[in-house]
Amino acid sequence: MFKLFELVGSTVLRFIEESGKVTVFFFKILMWTFRPPLNFRNILRQTEEVGINSLPVVLIMAIFTGMVLALQSYTGFRRFNAEAFVGTVVALSMVRELGPVLSGLMVSGRVGAGMAAELGTMKVTEQIDALYTLATNPVKYLIVPRFLAALFVMPLLVVFSDIIGIAGGYLVSVKLLGTNPTIYTKRTWDYMELDDIYIGLFKAFIFGMIIAVISCYQGFYTSGGAEGVGKSTTRAVVFSSLVILVSNYFITALMF
Amino acid sequence: MVKDHSTENMIAVRDLHKSFGTNHVLQGVNLDVRRGEDMVVIGGSGTGKSVLIKCIIGLIKPDKGTIYVDGQDTTSFNEKELNEMRREFGMLFQFGALFDSMPVWENVGFGLKQHTNLSDDEIRDVVTEKLSLVGLKDVEDLMPSQLSGGMRKRVSLARAIAMAPDILLYDEPTTGLDPIMADVINELIIQLREKLRVTSITITHDMVSAYKIADRIAMLYMGKIIEVGTPEEIRSSRNEIVQQFIQGKSEGPITREQ
Repeated sequence: MFKLFELVGSTVLRFIEESGKVTVFFFKILMWTFRPPLNFRNILRQTEEVGINSLPVVLIMAIFTGMVLALQSYTGFRRFNAEAFVGTVVALSMVRELGPVLSGLMVSGRVGAGMAAELGTMKVTEQIDALYTLATNPVKYLIVPRFLAALFVMPLLVVFSDIIGIAGGYLVSVKLLGTNPTIYTKRTWDYMELDDIYIGLFKAFIFGMIIAVISCYQGFYTSGGAEGVGKSTTRAVVFSSLVILVSNYFITALMF
Repeated sequence: MVKDHSTENMIAVRDLHKSFGTNHVLQGVNLDVRRGEDMVVIGGSGTGKSVLIKCIIGLIKPDKGTIYVDGQDTTSFNEKELNEMRREFGMLFQFGALFDSMPVWENVGFGLKQHTNLSDDEIRDVVTEKLSLVGLKDVEDLMPSQLSGGMRKRVSLARAIAMAPDILLYDEPTTGLDPIMADVINELIIQLREKLRVTSITITHDMVSAYKIADRIAMLYMGKIIEVGTPEEIRSSRNEIVQQFIQGKSEGPITREQ
């Protein structure tokens, strides 16, 4: 019984300690972000890694999500003759929730894992120490470009995934379920407000930040050789995914 | 950094302490390194040799004690002052620590790219020159993963000397190399000291290398420097601990302590 209390207690303490450390790390990144000069070459390289290389997985995710949303809402709505509103539901769900959240999860799996593994390997092979000895701050040189890239690329990825997701829903409804294309398109846009899009993009921005900060933190403070790199990578993906899901609820609730 | 050439010691370590958790690694290290000499610090694995040089270059913050570099106490330095100080240093890491995302020339020219306004062509010229100092040519465009162990160390050494530092730190320069390559590295360390007139600290447990390159040898044991002397003095030391270590015997006071 005491063992259980001990376990709960130590887990809670560790959680609080880790959150504190991540927060400190976050402010360190912010501080270095605003200290010139910015390394545009590295930012560009990271933008390619986070953005262009993630695009295929995000698009595949988006089209199938849009398609299944259409199928699923159709099944439900048909029971009370509301088939015409499938387009509305697909568009709103994609733009407000599924676009940002699922893109966030895909990117944390792809990019977050990559960041943690790369930085972790650099840490355990002393490349990060080597940067210090070359009078270069590794937070500035390695982490700020990743942070900025994730921050600005996530909203762009979400715009793409929204468009493709809505297109997927259209495809299924019009080609498979025989909905009138004009009505479907009208229903898609009629009930959509600019705020819905802003909320989605704001979420994407926050999720990009979460992925970069948590994954870089895990990588940067890796210890213990190859095994440590593995653990950091796993933690980066698990923690950033969880934080994305939890914070998504609170952002939605706050902006309800 | 203001240079004070009046002091004879380039580096002076006073009563240095460092613990990791309950592991009290350094327990009051005192060490003087004279201007232009090669000080070799010997000691068993896990005795804190690496911790000592990482404290000197500011990678690890000591718990207590002072380190004077060129007469200045560096333990109170902030990040900016530390960076200034580190430009006077070059460090060769045990496994090279080359940036594996960059070709050799960008590795060697990294400091120049970051801290000078030289163009890429000018940097490449300097890199070629530094690489020839460590006996390498035509490797500029190879990636670190394409290099052998000995070449990695030499490229890393070229990177360490690229900014013409006053002090070089070698972390186990011969570990993991075959005896011939180890000797090539030893020769290189001696040559560089003569050509560049640097002060250097080498940590090693390779006694062949220590005798060859050292002006003086210091032995680190149980968190303290227990003996300092020229290679001859160390060889004829009456300290049983030193004798056991340099002769590499499994029987003796060191193994009895554990």
